[in-house]
Amino acid sequence: MDFFANHILSVVLFTPLLGSLLLLFVPRESENAHRVLGNLFGILAFVVSLPLVAWFQAGKPGYQFQETANWIPSIGATYHLGIDGISFLLVMLTTLLGAISILSSWSAIQLRKKEYYILFLLLQTGMLGVFMSLDFFLFYVFWEVMLVPMYFLIGVWGSDRRLYAAIKFFLYTLAGSVVMLLGILAIYFKAGGTTFDVPTLLNAVANFPDSLKVWLFWAFFFAFAIKVPMFPFHTWLPDAHTEAPTAGSVILAGVLLKMGTYGFLRFSLPLLPQGHEASHKIITIMIVLSLVGIVYGALVCMMQKDMKKLIAYSSVSHLGFCTMGIFVLTPLGLSGSVIQQINHGISTGALFLIVGILYERRHTRLISEFGGLSTPMPNFAAVYLIVSLSSLGMPLLNGFIGEFTILFGTFEVSKTWAAWGTLGVILGAAYLLWLYQRVMFGSVTNPANEHLRDLNAREYATLLPLVALAFWIGVYPKPLFRYLEEPVHEIVQKANPGYYKGERAAAPALPLAPRVAAEKQLHVAGGSAPATDASKPAGAAR
Amino acid sequence: MPSPFFDIREFPLIQPEAELALFGVAILLIDTFLEKREKWFNAATALVGVGFSTLTLVGLPDFLVRNLQGFAGGRFAIRGLAGMMRGAEAANPGFPGFPGFNGTILVDHFFIFFSLIFLAATALVILLSVRYMEIEDEHHGEYYALMLFATVGMMFMASGVDLIVQFLGLETMAISFYILAGFLRRERRSNEGALKYLLLGAFSSGVLAYGFSILFGLTASTNLFDIRAVLARSYKPDDILVFLAFVTIAAGLFFKVAAVPFHQWAPDVYEGAPTSITAYVSVASKTASFALLLRILYAFEPSKSLWLILVAGVAVASMTIGNLAAITQSNVKRLMAYSSISHVGYILLGVVAAYSQEDGLNATALKGIAFYLLVYAFMNTGAFAIVILLRRQGLIGDELEDLNGLYKRSPGAAVLLLIFMLSLAGIPPTAGFLGKYYIFLALIETKHYWLAVFGVLYVVPALYYYFRLVKHAWLTEPADALRPSVTFGQAVALAATVLITLGAGIYPEPFARLASFAFALGR
Repeated sequence: MDFFANHILSVVLFTPLLGSLLLLFVPRESENAHRVLGNLFGILAFVVSLPLVAWFQAGKPGYQFQETANWIPSIGATYHLGIDGISFLLVMLTTLLGAISILSSWSAIQLRKKEYYILFLLLQTGMLGVFMSLDFFLFYVFWEVMLVPMYFLIGVWGSDRRLYAAIKFFLYTLAGSVVMLLGILAIYFKAGGTTFDVPTLLNAVANFPDSLKVWLFWAFFFAFAIKVPMFPFHTWLPDAHTEAPTAGSVILAGVLLKMGTYGFLRFSLPLLPQGHEASHKIITIMIVLSLVGIVYGALVCMMQKDMKKLIAYSSVSHLGFCTMGIFVLTPLGLSGSVIQQINHGISTGALFLIVGILYERRHTRLISEFGGLSTPMPNFAAVYLIVSLSSLGMPLLNGFIGEFTILFGTFEVSKTWAAWGTLGVILGAAYLLWLYQRVMFGSVTNPANEHLRDLNAREYATLLPLVALAFWIGVYPKPLFRYLEEPVHEIVQKANPGYYKGERAAAPALPLAPRVAAEKQLHVAGGSAPATDASKPAGAAR
Repeated sequence: MPSPFFDIREFPLIQPEAELALFGVAILLIDTFLEKREKWFNAATALVGVGFSTLTLVGLPDFLVRNLQGFAGGRFAIRGLAGMMRGAEAANPGFPGFPGFNGTILVDHFFIFFSLIFLAATALVILLSVRYMEIEDEHHGEYYALMLFATVGMMFMASGVDLIVQFLGLETMAISFYILAGFLRRERRSNEGALKYLLLGAFSSGVLAYGFSILFGLTASTNLFDIRAVLARSYKPDDILVFLAFVTIAAGLFFKVAAVPFHQWAPDVYEGAPTSITAYVSVASKTASFALLLRILYAFEPSKSLWLILVAGVAVASMTIGNLAAITQSNVKRLMAYSSISHVGYILLGVVAAYSQEDGLNATALKGIAFYLLVYAFMNTGAFAIVILLRRQGLIGDELEDLNGLYKRSPGAAVLLLIFMLSLAGIPPTAGFLGKYYIFLALIETKHYWLAVFGVLYVVPALYYYFRLVKHAWLTEPADALRPSVTFGQAVALAATVLITLGAGIYPEPFARLASFAFALGR
């Protein structure tokens, strides 16, 4: 038990890998064994990650569950794992969505099952590694490793244009990450060339000259912006998400995109230059790109004929909120952004599952093929409605918490930005409800839809946990905010020191008054409530 | 009594080469007594020869230190390329390098490291050859004898510190390769490739010899260390004659490593030669030429300001042409030819970084070059091994289509192909990534940011064409259900290549040490 407690992250990380290694030895002929074992390890990976919830101490500064081991001493790369509140939430999201998407593949994948489950579990390890690594070298290895299984998931089990989509996905992401590699090497070299340790290097970065920091920022920017994806690097996303098998889309949208936002949070923010001018310029660019993504993504959604493509583009819009929340550099924006990342994983993951359920029954995703589905599939209609509402930001459901907190955080900084962001929320409601209306309402016009089966037990099992989470986050998000309080506080302190300076100047008198005073003197943006209470306004607003 | 030519006590310095040559001759003799179905015995003999040579080589440092310390060190007070690198004396007080034969050869870490690569590549190619040459119906003893002779040439290229010895080594290797490339006598492509190789190769050797003669005219010496000293002492760094000597020598060597603009022979020779020899040319010949290039460039270091930009240009051009031309190839061997041109570009970037430091050479770059060449030998041989597996009666197996559905016919081979392609493209956690890692890091250390950007961005097209192979193997349906069969020898070779390709990627520490060892870099 001691070993388990001391190496909990390694256990979580390598459980899926163990599964895929075991699957290698299962003979190809025993078809059921592959999916049984695949599911077993999917669920096992989630189960072994549950102790993290109990043991993780929210509010404790720094990284927890750290593990270090020598790896390549001659270049200073170590096997160093550890998580803080942000990566903790993302790790939990990954293990949960991993288990759910493997379950959702039960009947959808009929071809080459053995390879499918092997690759899926491999992908799982790659993604978990990205969120857990505290060593740049290790981080980069995981970051690249997970491209390969994803390439095959799209390329083998995808739909018609899968080959194109798979290689496009691979090349786009690779182009971004190799530039990041140069950035990593530059930090490593400038900091002395002895260690790849993330906390050490990020501390060293603070003393780099601004000009260097700007270059480094852009080197990392490409990798993360392509991954998120931010406008105008988003063009791989609709292809990859549309062509991938259902489970692949769930993981792509639910977890892979978060690797980009996680990168921004963890690595890009410390690289923001100290000088007001330079950092202000970068932040403006980032926010404008986010806003363009929000509005443009939403507009493009409006005119999609393919359900899956519509949901794919909605990711561009939703992730725009996440990046905006990151770069307004207020505690509310940042914690809202992380919450919204989790929400997006839940809601969009569920939406992809829903499209997958329809596709399995009808083998088409064209909106025009459907209509009036609520008659043959009433339970499905209910679940789909909840998921749609959660995605578009209905109060009492999770999407609202994220978007509202981000917009609140943005509002402190700039009312214009917040206004454009709100436009995205409205458009989001429009395209999602319109989609729902076209697919579910009215009378059944297409005879093929008349006798569609409603949800079966397995499909319930994939969707209900997500629905439950959507309600939980929507009604009582406080635990999530508690996890984020400390890491967000640390980030803002480093990346936007003026925020707290301004607040401290006026805080003693009246906790909520400093906003006006602070806004005038802060270099990036105005301040708000005291840092430690950062989550409370948002929490209290429920 | 010291003889005027050499001292018999110096013989151990060339014993590894001598053993190989003896075994080569033995194969020629034994071959005449062998029936057609017994020709595998030649391969076995060659392997034993390689084994002996390797054992001698590995034991050489200890032997020399024990027996020749006072003798060789006292006779020539010169230190090796490795010996002259930063901090080498402190790091390796016991083995600074042993010169011999009137200062024409030098047995140092550099020589041992590179010879080990040659011997490993030779052993792998021998293992891969037996069945292949049987299918081709050209299974003769000369084939293995020539491979051993070529290896002897390569080892002299690595140990030679004298223009004459280097040239002899180079020609021994090259002439063996001309014959090996045309070994499929009845095949038109093979004849064409070999003739092209011979004509262009002879021409480039001529240019190289011309450069050597200019250099001799300038410095009145054929010894690289003397040349270096004279160039540093008596010539300005931008002397036009020195530049002329450099350009002609570099042109000759760039031809041998197939760097742009001297690369045109590569695709034809790669396509025409027996696939096993293609693997051998692309790996061993290239590595040996780099060893030679590194020795000679060291002599030219005093005038590096003159030629650094030239090498950088060749590197970028090689990456560009190699990567872009590979995209459109439909023949795997031609594709690999262009890809190998791009790899030369990366290694040359390492050379640029190595010589871009104010004082001394950049250690990371040297390590990178050594690491890159080491892992390249294994991953590239592995990739060609897959093509060799596909060869069977009535099918050459070198078109992209021939890979179709490999995952169904032979899942193991498909997985190996994927690993080799990832490594060649430089995706972690494979060895190829580490090779590129060192090169990029060295470029950043020496402030060649734009070269680094070029280098990393070319990984993207490279991945595209390597994944064309993967696509055919994994994502297309097989045309027939014939499973490629694997002989024991091929299995051993594949296992060795994949072990190193993955091993050096996941746990690179011992390989990084080995690479440091090559230049006596200490850690």
